[in-house]
Amino acid sequence: MAQQDDIRYLNPPKVDIKKKKYCRFKKAGIKYIDYKDAEFLKKFLNEQGKILPRRITGTSLKYQKKVAQAIKRARHIALLPYVTDLLK
Amino acid sequence: MLKQYETVFIATPVLSDAQMKEAVAKYVTFIKDNGGEIVHQEDWGLKKLAYPIQKKTTGFYHLIEFKAEPEFISNLETQYKRDERIIRFHTVSMDKHAIAYAERRRNKISEATAPKAEKADVAEAETTVKE
Repeated sequence: MAQQDDIRYLNPPKVDIKKKKYCRFKKAGIKYIDYKDAEFLKKFLNEQGKILPRRITGTSLKYQKKVAQAIKRARHIALLPYVTDLLK
Repeated sequence: MLKQYETVFIATPVLSDAQMKEAVAKYVTFIKDNGGEIVHQEDWGLKKLAYPIQKKTTGFYHLIEFKAEPEFISNLETQYKRDERIIRFHTVSMDKHAIAYAERRRNKISEATAPKAEKADVAEAETTVKE
């Protein structure tokens, strides 16, 4: 009977290897997030036009607040929708 | 002390070009008359709205960057509210990062338009040569 030690994989299973998330604004040195650039802000929205949480995008708290502010401004001047389906 | 602001407004799509220019001129002179100065202006033209506003699906966007006294902003916004041509407006104060970003953006736009014009000239020159 095969024992636990006998089982070998061609490629060792990747279980606990996670890519470290990083804040793209800190990395690229972006200081100001423009509310007029709707295409850029779409990276932080899901298909329904909701703001993605920090745990998914990896943005730091300081910049998440600014992203949220910019998205809300863009929504007010109708560059982004408040509610939608299939944004992307 | 003057503070820098940026205002975007959406005018109704029913306006003609001349009417739109008149509306823009009205706000520009209004800012200047109240001790403000215009830093930059941008006309985005007729754009589709992400959602209907007052049952309209398109609108003329216009952006004005200006310096003014903080007390002036409430006057400007009352003007917007009273104006039936304006369907949406938005004014934000700019911090130092915003001002730096706006300058870079302006340079980028002017660079983007300038080489294209040159290229067009070259293309024209080539066609004339071929003829």
